[in-house]
Amino acid sequence: MSERLAVKSLGFLFAAGFFGNQAVHIAIAIGGVVAIVAGVVGVFTVIRGQAFAGEAFGDIGTAGGSGAYLVGVGPLLGFVIGNVIGAGAMELIGVQRPRGRDLATGIVLGAAIGLGALFLYLTVTGSNTTGATQTILFGSIFEIASSTVPLTLVLGLIVLVTIAVLYRPLLLSSVSAEIAAARGIAVRTVGAFYLLALALTVALAAITIGTILSTALLVGPAAAALRLTKSTPRAMLYAAGIGIAAVWIGVVLAYDSDHWPPGGRTWPVSFFVVALVFCAYLLSGVPQAIHARRASARAER
Amino acid sequence: MVNAWEVSGIVAVVAGVVGFFTVLRGSAFAAHAIPNGAFAGAAGAILVGGSTLLGLGVFALAGAMAIGLLGRRGRHDVATALALVSMLGLGALFLSFSDQYGSEVYTLLFGEILGIASNELAPTAVLGTLCILAITFLYRPLMLSSVLPDVGESRGVSPFAIEMVFLAVLALAAAMTVPVVGTLLFFSLAIGAPAAARSFTDRPLIAMALSAAIALLVVWLAIGASYQTDYPVGFFVGAGSAACYTLGRGFAHYHRLRVA
Repeated sequence: MSERLAVKSLGFLFAAGFFGNQAVHIAIAIGGVVAIVAGVVGVFTVIRGQAFAGEAFGDIGTAGGSGAYLVGVGPLLGFVIGNVIGAGAMELIGVQRPRGRDLATGIVLGAAIGLGALFLYLTVTGSNTTGATQTILFGSIFEIASSTVPLTLVLGLIVLVTIAVLYRPLLLSSVSAEIAAARGIAVRTVGAFYLLALALTVALAAITIGTILSTALLVGPAAAALRLTKSTPRAMLYAAGIGIAAVWIGVVLAYDSDHWPPGGRTWPVSFFVVALVFCAYLLSGVPQAIHARRASARAER
Repeated sequence: MVNAWEVSGIVAVVAGVVGFFTVLRGSAFAAHAIPNGAFAGAAGAILVGGSTLLGLGVFALAGAMAIGLLGRRGRHDVATALALVSMLGLGALFLSFSDQYGSEVYTLLFGEILGIASNELAPTAVLGTLCILAITFLYRPLMLSSVLPDVGESRGVSPFAIEMVFLAVLALAAAMTVPVVGTLLFFSLAIGAPAAARSFTDRPLIAMALSAAIALLVVWLAIGASYQTDYPVGFFVGAGSAACYTLGRGFAHYHRLRVA
């Protein structure tokens, strides 16, 4: 009896064919990998205040991706090359000073956007594939070609290894550049390598799940995690967990939404994932708020 | 074609003036996020058949307020990123419901400056004047709060209030710009021109005027070049802004060497 009830409620949760669908398998697997990498890298992005660079790499990579269409290279390679060049340009202008960071990112982003406009124009007028515009901009987690899976895994692994190797100097120079420099850490080099890891992460995320979700998963879960714990490794764990939960629940809901109004089409995964990430961020502020209220009540007494 | 010169001229001056404070306050991310996210409002307006300008305005303002409110208690760049992706997520939802997909999105992102209709001149001029008036009235408190926030606060200028008002002006500028020149062009102008201007002079009013002049020059040259070559205006604006910034940096470097 209870078993039948369980099956029935599972059927309510997971629409027919969910577990047999290959696109869903790939979405779950790649979405999970991207969420882990973005969560781990995102913790440093938030600590270092480089969310803008993270978002900018989505657009810079898009310019690289549309350039890749032009010369007939794979889009992932275009994204990676575009972002590596972008990271180099930001470093050259001077992202290491907190005040200059915002501006350097903005200048590089502005130039990349212009180039992207040119590449898109040449692509669209050249081969008349308007569809390419949307694929690059929004991406779809359900349309990941199984051939990109191995390369995605390799890139993700490279990023994680880089962060693991850099961990101690990176953490110290992110929290206090002065102390790190006094201890003989090459703060600028560490920062440059981190920027490169960030560029690769966003390239990997944007090409598989779109630029919107790439920023959402990079910043949202990590910011929420950092409000829940002071420990950096634990924050990475939480961020990866929140990211995975958001992506997987989002995929399930998008698959189910086939039957929702207006009918006949699914709601975009990005909408669900962003909504979940946003809720997670808002909820993560609750323990802090309760704590602050208790503290002030105690102070009054 | 005459419309293109006039409208882009207004946009350039507004971008140059508002952009000066954007660069001064380190709000480049907000200047990127607000117009980009506002584009979701246009997608929503297309879906329900409403006015695109209204949809843009509502989303730009809502996004700006969300950035200000979330940023009050958290990290500013995190708040901006979250507000941006939330608006874009809604935009993706709106787009998936509507069938007018391709060309409209492209137009909103990159603008259609050579195809500006004459009835777009009036709203642009009105909104642009509003932006400039707002900056003129706010000049002193805005300047004080941007450069010396602590001194400003001790004189009764609340940094939070100033931030909200400035973000609202940015939203207004975004709403007026997006339908005519696209989200991307505005951003390049609002960052590149003031950043270049600030390398040439330390005096704020002169820098602001120079910033507007550079923006105007870049846009008009870009339109001319685009008309000649048929390449998109956005490309020339992006390249021109970056070139001006590089020039400014080179000048500042040379100047420093000479003084030393």
